Amino acid sequence: MNVADWVVLLGTMVGIAAYGFWRTRHTRSLNTYLKGSQSTGWGTIGLSVMATQASAITFLSIPGQGFESGIGFVQNYFGLPLALIIVCAVFLPIYRRLGVYTAYEFLGRRFDGKTRLLGAGLFLLQRGLAAGVTIYVPAIILSTMLGWRLDLIIMFTGLLVIMYTVTGGSEAVSLTQKWQIAVIGAGMVTALVVLVAKLPAGLGVTGAAHIAGALGKLKAVDFSLDPRRRYTIWTGLLGGLFLSLSYFGTDQSQVQRYIGGVSLRDDRLGLMFNALLKIPMQFVILLLGALLFVFYQFERPPVFFNQSEWQRHARGPGASKFLALERQHAVAVAQAEEAIRAWLHARASEDAAVEATAHAAMVAANRRTEAVRSEAKAALTAADPRAKTKDSDYVFITFILTELPHGAIGLLIAVIFAAALASHAAELNALGTTTTIDFWRHFRPLAAADEARNVRVAKRFTALWGLIAVAFALFAGFAENLIEAINILGSIFYGVVLGIFLVAFFFRRVGGSAVFFAAVAAQALVIVMYLSLDIGYLWYNLVGCAVCIAFSVLLQAVLGPRAPTDEGRAA
Amino acid sequence: MTRPPLPDQRSDAEPPGLPGFRTWRAVYLFVFGWFVLVVVLLAAFTWIFS
Repeated sequence: MNVADWVVLLGTMVGIAAYGFWRTRHTRSLNTYLKGSQSTGWGTIGLSVMATQASAITFLSIPGQGFESGIGFVQNYFGLPLALIIVCAVFLPIYRRLGVYTAYEFLGRRFDGKTRLLGAGLFLLQRGLAAGVTIYVPAIILSTMLGWRLDLIIMFTGLLVIMYTVTGGSEAVSLTQKWQIAVIGAGMVTALVVLVAKLPAGLGVTGAAHIAGALGKLKAVDFSLDPRRRYTIWTGLLGGLFLSLSYFGTDQSQVQRYIGGVSLRDDRLGLMFNALLKIPMQFVILLLGALLFVFYQFERPPVFFNQSEWQRHARGPGASKFLALERQHAVAVAQAEEAIRAWLHARASEDAAVEATAHAAMVAANRRTEAVRSEAKAALTAADPRAKTKDSDYVFITFILTELPHGAIGLLIAVIFAAALASHAAELNALGTTTTIDFWRHFRPLAAADEARNVRVAKRFTALWGLIAVAFALFAGFAENLIEAINILGSIFYGVVLGIFLVAFFFRRVGGSAVFFAAVAAQALVIVMYLSLDIGYLWYNLVGCAVCIAFSVLLQAVLGPRAPTDEGRAA
Repeated sequence: MTRPPLPDQRSDAEPPGLPGFRTWRAVYLFVFGWFVLVVVLLAAFTWIFS
């Protein structure tokens, strides 16, 4: 990176954060601090919802996913528009009418205090741990690629977010997210334009798409009923619907983004904006990855994209083996390029038999390249069983650092930071709000009237969660497996939380005690299943939700009708 | 036990204020139709480039 990159990077990141801090420094109202400005329109809500969901991982991992496995991952988002319609029609009007600060406050009104605490507690546990990962993962990738100190990146990111989120609360989060998403949009368009410009002369986007498609990277929709396939239209519709419904309808980091708009109409339009744009946006990011795959068929790529990890071992005692693999890879890439050019030539000849032969040769050459890459990963594992062999997250950042002009490099690094700041700010805002409203104020009901004190407490809890996230991210390097454990933890809890909310909305005869004990039992069952079975952890979303609903209905039938609770009457 | 609050009836009566859409149901149908169109286009994309 040169001076131009640093100017763009620091100018956008610090500038946006300072703008958010300055514009919201006089926030005194609890409503504005927790829900945002009363004048927030649908555009800001829509961009804020989008920025909260799109973390830095989205822009580092998803192009890598397109590069390695193709664009089939887009099916994961098929349930999202349907979930957002349900949230708009059912969840949102109730949240608005009750005027709640958090989704869990609604549980207290509908059921009782203990169910509210259970929902809020599960959210804090899951999101509190995930907040550390949100800043750790992009930091470790940037640290590896740029040679920057990991602890400094984590502290810079973490403290910058704390500064404006603590000062301006929800209003600052929405305000900064709007500009951060503009930086992200500008950066991704720049990367796409540069990538297309760098494709071989005469190939163009269509030619590149034909190559990617012929090598199996452009299978966007898979109608297969094979349960072993990870991404199909069916898993996308069913799993995606449950995941999106629990994320957008019950996760406070999202709920907080859309409940505070100028009107119900603006909240709904903000969500519909996402329902319309999310799939096309993910498609473009994945397509970028597939085009990167084509680009690296003509430009010699490294055998392993995490070059820092590779060089660490290539200079060690087994250097000769690593050098031999590099040579094998260079030969395989050259043969693959030749096979692609032969196939393009055969296509132009319009001779089906010649084209089929050339296609088979091209696929075989591509498999040889992949085989060398697999061998390289195996060599890394043999040299060090703890070596990180997943390099797809490093594909896009490699392209950024080696192919983009100066200035654009700074912009693309800013994209990664902007995405990290935007999603992390929403997390901290939600954690601080839930701790204040659902715990602190729940146990100090008399303090509710003192607005200034409530704002002060919310700021302290937001800062505390921010510092916990920074501390966790600083120590996450000592427990790499913890990150996967947190993702699993999310799936284990998400289903039960969604189950509680679906009972609240659709099963009117079920009361607080029934749903509380059903949720505890469902959660215990999911944990036992996780410890004893070997199924994909995404299924626990569905299992937890279904079991929670079934147990609630059964338990209520056994308990019989119950008297309304004090909090329940308020609803 | 408490009855869940129903979605505000007035909220559905409130017009979306978008040209061509008189009710929220029409907006949801449009979004659903867009979703179906996107899936069909993605399926066509798969077919063309595979």
